[in-house]
Amino acid sequence: MNPVPPMSAAAPAMSDTVLALTFALLLLAPLAIAGVALINCGLGRSRSAAQALVGNLALVAVAVIVFALLGASFAGTLGTAEIVVHAGGKTWNVLGLGRFLLRGLGGADPHAQLALLFEFTAVAMAVIIPWGSGADRWRLAAGCASAAVLAGIVFPLAAHWIWAGGWLQMLGANFTLGDGFIDGGGAASVHALGGLSALAVAWIAGPRRGKFPKEGLSLAMPGHNAVYVLFGCLLALVGWLAWNAAGAILWMHAPMSALPGTAVSTLLSACAALVATFAVTRFRFGKPDASLCANGWLAGLVASSACASLATPAESIILGVVAGIFTPLMVEALELALSIDDPSGGVTVHGAAGLWGLLAAGFFAPGQGQLLAQLVGIAALLGVMLPLVYLLFALLNRMVPFRADSDGERIGMDLHELGGGAYPEFVIHRDESYR
Amino acid sequence: MKYAGLLVMPAGFFLTLAALVLFADPPRRAAFVLCGLAVEVLGLVVAVRGHVSARGARV
Repeated sequence: MNPVPPMSAAAPAMSDTVLALTFALLLLAPLAIAGVALINCGLGRSRSAAQALVGNLALVAVAVIVFALLGASFAGTLGTAEIVVHAGGKTWNVLGLGRFLLRGLGGADPHAQLALLFEFTAVAMAVIIPWGSGADRWRLAAGCASAAVLAGIVFPLAAHWIWAGGWLQMLGANFTLGDGFIDGGGAASVHALGGLSALAVAWIAGPRRGKFPKEGLSLAMPGHNAVYVLFGCLLALVGWLAWNAAGAILWMHAPMSALPGTAVSTLLSACAALVATFAVTRFRFGKPDASLCANGWLAGLVASSACASLATPAESIILGVVAGIFTPLMVEALELALSIDDPSGGVTVHGAAGLWGLLAAGFFAPGQGQLLAQLVGIAALLGVMLPLVYLLFALLNRMVPFRADSDGERIGMDLHELGGGAYPEFVIHRDESYR
Repeated sequence: MKYAGLLVMPAGFFLTLAALVLFADPPRRAAFVLCGLAVEVLGLVVAVRGHVSARGARV
């Protein structure tokens, strides 16, 4: 194992127009984060609404700072050096070793600077996904600590492997597997990673009090504000359109002529997923379910993150329909059969839909061996990232307990952690589950 | 049981890596990569079952 100069495939030179366009797109991408934050807030309970939104902001702030101080150097986007392992007659680029504290940012190649900006938005999105799954019982301090761990260690590792010339990106050059592992919009390093982290949080924090009674089915705890959730979906669409287009330019080296198609694929995938979820919930429950429809819409967007620039319109519809069908079924199965309390549905919406998008990219991409490259990437996410995140979070839980005490859960995280509620003039009804 | 499942998952990952290095012909390589993924899924199932049974024991 030795640090060597970067060996990542050089990105083609970008004209000033393309650079300006990419920068403008990346300035719109945070709308996706705003949308997911609103969805996280709306799907939680009213007594924890302020804590949910403050938590989203705090987690983003911590993640961005930690990524700037530490994570960006391990992601290796600005180059300088990398840790390479020689095994099996091949070189395996496993970790970046850039300068800490973003030194040398101003003098870096404009493409690398934009790629770094993309990663800042990506890490911000990745850390708020588990926050929604731990809603109503996850302490703010523990959430911030987990954001620091994700932004400082786990996300940079994934980002380097996938985007910065890491071994997954080089699968094509080293093993003739298509173009290597492809992930144009962060389906792997953002959504699948965030969804798997959400699973770890749901396991470690445990279910909300009263969620799974001793007898009978689990207790339904519907989100407190469907308007937030559905408006968050619309806001997320704008961010996603920009994000997928920027990712197509930066990571897939797509020409300008491919961008309208990328946007159309993103839109089609989300719409197809919504229609599919609408139909499934209408069939299952007699009426369409608003929060599950929102989950379906978001799952369609997440699935499109992997391959929006590759898929044809027909393929995008198939991508969305599959995501829209399995989303409500999996949300239900996780809760009823597997006792996983995931208020925002992050495990399904981001984790499963992200993995589905990555798999679908293997079918839609033209290169020979691309499907195998995608399978290897999925294997890395499941076999390395999930155990790593669970281990780190379990250790963190011993130092900064994830779960609020039962009194905090009873009065709500707003009063417990912030000293005031989001809706001070509302009457909070007594909760039947706390009798 | 949950930890056992989570330990099995990296084993599946190393199987996929071994497939890349050891086999050059696509069908055999694909078969071993799929085997590695199957091991990971098995580990995930064990971890999930561990979670379910732990909750049952607490209740």
